[in-house]
Amino acid sequence: MNEKLYLEDEENLGTQVDESYEQVYCKPGTLTDVPFHYCPGCGHSVVHKVLMEVIAELGIQEETIGVAPVGCSVFAYQYMNIDMQEAAHGRASAVATGVKRVLPDKYVFSYQGDGDLAAIGTAETIHTVNRGENILMLFINNGIYGMTGGQMAPTSLIGQVTSTSPYGREAAQVGNPIKIADMLCLLPGAYYVTRQIVHNPNGVRKLKKALIKAFEYQKQKKGTCFVEVVSNCPSGWKMTPVETIKYIEEKMLPMYPVGDLKVPQN
Amino acid sequence: MEKKEKRTGEAKLMKGNEAFAEAAIRADIDAYFGYPITPQSEVLEYLEREIPNRHGLVLQAESEVASINMVYGAAGAGARVMTSSSSPGISLMQEGISYIAAAQLPCLIANVVRGGPGLGTIQPSQGDYFQATKGGGHGDYHLIVLAPSSVQEMADFVFDGFRLAEKYRNPVMILSDGALGQMMEKVILPEEGSLPKTTPAWATTGKTKNREHNVITSLFIQPEEMEQVNLRLQEKYKAIQSEVRYEEIQTDDAEILLVAFGLSSRICQKTVDLAREKGIKVGLLRPITLYPYPYARLNELSSQVEFMLTVEMNAGQMVEDVRLAVEGKVPVHFIGRMGGMILSPEDILHKLESVHESHNAVNV
Ligand SMILES: Cc1ncc(C[n+]2csc(CCOP(=O)(O)OP(=O)(O)O)c2C)c(N)n1
Ligand code: SF4
Ligand SMILES: [Mg+2]
Repeated sequence: MNEKLYLEDEENLGTQVDESYEQVYCKPGTLTDVPFHYCPGCGHSVVHKVLMEVIAELGIQEETIGVAPVGCSVFAYQYMNIDMQEAAHGRASAVATGVKRVLPDKYVFSYQGDGDLAAIGTAETIHTVNRGENILMLFINNGIYGMTGGQMAPTSLIGQVTSTSPYGREAAQVGNPIKIADMLCLLPGAYYVTRQIVHNPNGVRKLKKALIKAFEYQKQKKGTCFVEVVSNCPSGWKMTPVETIKYIEEKMLPMYPVGDLKVPQN
Repeated sequence: MEKKEKRTGEAKLMKGNEAFAEAAIRADIDAYFGYPITPQSEVLEYLEREIPNRHGLVLQAESEVASINMVYGAAGAGARVMTSSSSPGISLMQEGISYIAAAQLPCLIANVVRGGPGLGTIQPSQGDYFQATKGGGHGDYHLIVLAPSSVQEMADFVFDGFRLAEKYRNPVMILSDGALGQMMEKVILPEEGSLPKTTPAWATTGKTKNREHNVITSLFIQPEEMEQVNLRLQEKYKAIQSEVRYEEIQTDDAEILLVAFGLSSRICQKTVDLAREKGIKVGLLRPITLYPYPYARLNELSSQVEFMLTVEMNAGQMVEDVRLAVEGKVPVHFIGRMGGMILSPEDILHKLESVHESHNAVNV
């Protein structure tokens, strides 16, 4: 394999690297050279890449500040080559509020898992959206606590076996999976709410479009844009990456259907 | 030791909380995030009233948890930022304060202390001394802690606080109490715009081409690295020791030393006068910085006085630091009241006299 295929700068895109290779792809300059620590097949990797591609394509690397959560993506700032802050568990949207309020002309996003955003950080989530903070909230719903070893999340499905629901999640005991994106739609501060996927190419393309829209709305100071990604956790789900695709399609998506939940009304 | 500086300017009659809030605007804060709680709600109310017509930003958050994390975000973005609350709210902020200390973000946090534990009372107390000076949240860290004893200092310490916070990249706490927050006194406010401000190079203001991306974090997963971070913090705390401040009243010839901070020190001043009228040579040492603490000066004074009496509005918290300071060289006694109750100068005098007598009795 030609090393150069990966390492070449963006400027060389489309040029002939040597007799046999033309460079048709490279990672965006908005990603650092640090290798992802994510498990093979994990959706976090794809979301990171798509998000950073969007920031590169929009040319807003210098104007974007990201807030990383506590969860598997806690080290997002090592990979994303933009200014970033690491928030306490659940507080990313409050931290992002602090950043955005003092830098109102910059682009600000928070990146959170389901435990972070929809359990410990529920109050911050609801009130950030209710204030209509001009930020992008990116929500990675993998239905489990990946980082801490596969415990039940607020979004885990009924019957889902996790290390803290070893007999399957029971609604009578711990409630039903929470559809937080649907809840947030009720708030006038939510300008754009959408649910996307990254386990197939079409889904990736649509996520990209959604993120571009979200940044454009942010520029226009329209309110909070909330993008949920129904993702996977091969390690926590105790599945191969390929098995997780089937699980997403057969189990997750009936509960969390893909598509726009709230679109701008003009 | 403190020298009283001469102030110029128009004197105003103001509540402690309002003087504090006005000083914040004059200190050119970029943002204040807070949540109502008695006895400090006037700070948020004052800022909500004034800031829209002046400069800066004020936001009522959904909780103290949100407030302190907004402070984290804004401070990380290079802003001059603060919050205030009272005891239960400050407890709720402790996780965020630990993160702020670890990420080395400058900011100002004011605790207008009320009686606890639990929901407690809205009356004044000094029961949060341990929490403020020994860490408060998890991990090995310290806040710089300033203890005002007048409305004037409620205003002045906003400026001193930001100066220290920005110099050391460390959170600063102003530890007052419900009485200082609520009482009205004459105050000469610090001059607007007299506190210079620069955007720090480490702030997350957007990565420019000529530098690496800036990251604000408190996560250092490798123990070797985490230890180094801790060692650097400890180095900083060592340097901060040079900022120790205290005030001495009639200590030159003192044979008995009262030690008290904040409101208690105000009461003790009266006790000093009452005792001296009776011919008892009493002096007072008032720590102004509770972290760093004036251990060295107290140790010096231990060779001069017969005993020390620590006076606090709690069950005896600072007294532990006084005992540490004197290393057993003189007896250290304590008198305090809790739950929002306040000692009178006479209560303190009475205690002082009875200790004095018992010491003499032993000496006979
Ligand atoms: C206050 C606090 N409580 C608990 C934890 C432990 N913890 C770390 S990550 C996490 C859950 C993360 O799950 P999720 O947000 O879904 O992210 P994922 O790893 O699945 O991407 C928990 C409980 C913590 N770091 N801080
Ligand atoms: S534990 Fe799950 S969420 Fe975390 S990196 Fe591995 S697969 Fe991804
Ligand atoms: Mg998760």
